[in-house]
Amino acid sequence: MSDKNSIHVGEVALQVRNLDFFYGDFQGLKKVNLDIARHKVTAFIGPSGCGKSTLLRTFNRMYDLYPGQRAEGEILFQGRNLLDKKQDLNLLRAKIGMVFQKPTPFPMTIYENIAFGVRLYERLNRSDMDERVEWALKKAALWGEVKDKLQQNGLSLSGGQQQRLCIARAVSVKPEVVLLDEPTSALDPLSTAKVEELIDELKNEYTIAIVTHNMQQAARISDYTAYMYLGEMVEFGITDQIFIKPARKETEDYITGRFG
Amino acid sequence: MSDAATPIGDEAHARQVGKFKRQDRIFQFVTMGFAALVLASLLGVLLSLAMKAWPALSHFGPSFLWSNVWSVPDNRFGALIAIYGTLATSVIALLIAVPISFGIALFLTETCPVWLRRPLGTAVELLAGVPSIIYGIWGLFIFAPLFAEHVEPALQSVFGDVPLLGQLFAGAPIGIGILSAGIVLSLMVIPFIASVMRDVFETVPPVLKESAYGLGCTTWEVVRHIVLPYTSVGVIGGIMLGLGRALGETMAVTFVIGNSNRIVGSLFAPGNSIASSLANEFAEADPGLHISSLFALGLVLFVITFVVLSISRWLIRRNLGSEGI
Repeated sequence: MSDKNSIHVGEVALQVRNLDFFYGDFQGLKKVNLDIARHKVTAFIGPSGCGKSTLLRTFNRMYDLYPGQRAEGEILFQGRNLLDKKQDLNLLRAKIGMVFQKPTPFPMTIYENIAFGVRLYERLNRSDMDERVEWALKKAALWGEVKDKLQQNGLSLSGGQQQRLCIARAVSVKPEVVLLDEPTSALDPLSTAKVEELIDELKNEYTIAIVTHNMQQAARISDYTAYMYLGEMVEFGITDQIFIKPARKETEDYITGRFG
Repeated sequence: MSDAATPIGDEAHARQVGKFKRQDRIFQFVTMGFAALVLASLLGVLLSLAMKAWPALSHFGPSFLWSNVWSVPDNRFGALIAIYGTLATSVIALLIAVPISFGIALFLTETCPVWLRRPLGTAVELLAGVPSIIYGIWGLFIFAPLFAEHVEPALQSVFGDVPLLGQLFAGAPIGIGILSAGIVLSLMVIPFIASVMRDVFETVPPVLKESAYGLGCTTWEVVRHIVLPYTSVGVIGGIMLGLGRALGETMAVTFVIGNSNRIVGSLFAPGNSIASSLANEFAEADPGLHISSLFALGLVLFVITFVVLSISRWLIRRNLGSEGI
């Protein structure tokens, strides 16, 4: 099985090796292996509870916030195992940003939502910071809509705008990898289209891993797709291949809706 | 058997409905009556306080509020000493209690190991249930002597020579006084403020905190920039709750404040608070101006508490507005 999963993906950003994950006694991930290609979009699909979000949350060690959750195995990032106890979490999370299912603007102004993250790592003067905020908002295709109301509260934006603000925030600290956990599932179709466009733009500079329930979305935007079920990596490959000619029956059943 | 199947006549139906309506109305009146009881007792207390206080207030005029004389032999009374004592002890209590409560709430919600969370949280809540007389006895017999022997001389030696600040710590270190009362009060309000803060900290959506952690924030940065702004309303509410309790606290303060009707700049000096004046003097007050002045003090306390609550409401409303919700 591991043969099927170790397809060649070119330059690799993250290497997952024999990853097990436990919620207390429950094993959420079972011996997961895969390579995440640099500056590509890798999509994770599968039914609820299959472990795709869990896998995403191991990449920035978000699970560390919750006692009783632990990961075993290796995730190599920039030549080091990021599951290592000695890994500096703040640094890791600056390098591997995350955007969540629901938009989570901080309770502060639009400007501050961006500047806040930047300030954690860099000391910029006023004009440099202005520039960085503009840069990040432009990256997230939000600048045109908010440039006249930067001092308004981030919560005053629409859901789709809030989500792009969160993407801008994640991008503003110049990460290597951006993790997207069902970023459009709370958005209307128009906002979804905008975010998808944005993801296509962003992959030129960032490695993107996205969890999605929407298979068309995975087909539309990703270069590689991983199908997971019950904590196992069932199939991983080039997106077109997975959707047109999956190697495994289970994958085919799921993507054609015959799952069950 | 067929009765159940036959529809009841219009008349019977109307009678039935009418009965329900009457019952409903009675029920409504009863509950309204209970609710009105609250308002009535509030107004009643206010009115009777005002009536009993009237002789003193009309005799001394508004200067009752800022006169610093409280002399039973001369039959001259002013509220300033007690107001000063009440406010000073409450402010000291908050200055100490707010940061400590903040730390407790922070630890309980963010960094405490899971197994310790429940017992520690319960302990904080139990502390709120300790009767205030216990704090009073403890304050007078245990805290005050230790404070006089170890802490007050130390404070004096550190701040005594600093201009202005030194005056706050001047005088004989006798262990009872404004500062001691403030410290004992702070112990009493910590559980209230801490448990409100903990409760509101827990209302922060985990995903919001995760977003901040996801940017690489430390726990402190998450608390400072996410949790606190998000919960500022509730935090202010908790502080005001503590202040309300501190202002009206009687027994514990009476034990340690020293009950002296003087205003001295030093925090070491004994003083008096409104509540402790009332507790001390009512039993042996002469009818006439003395008793009436005590009622007037009570009215002042009532008004101060009312103002504190109003300010907190106003702050909360302003806060809600600025968040654009």
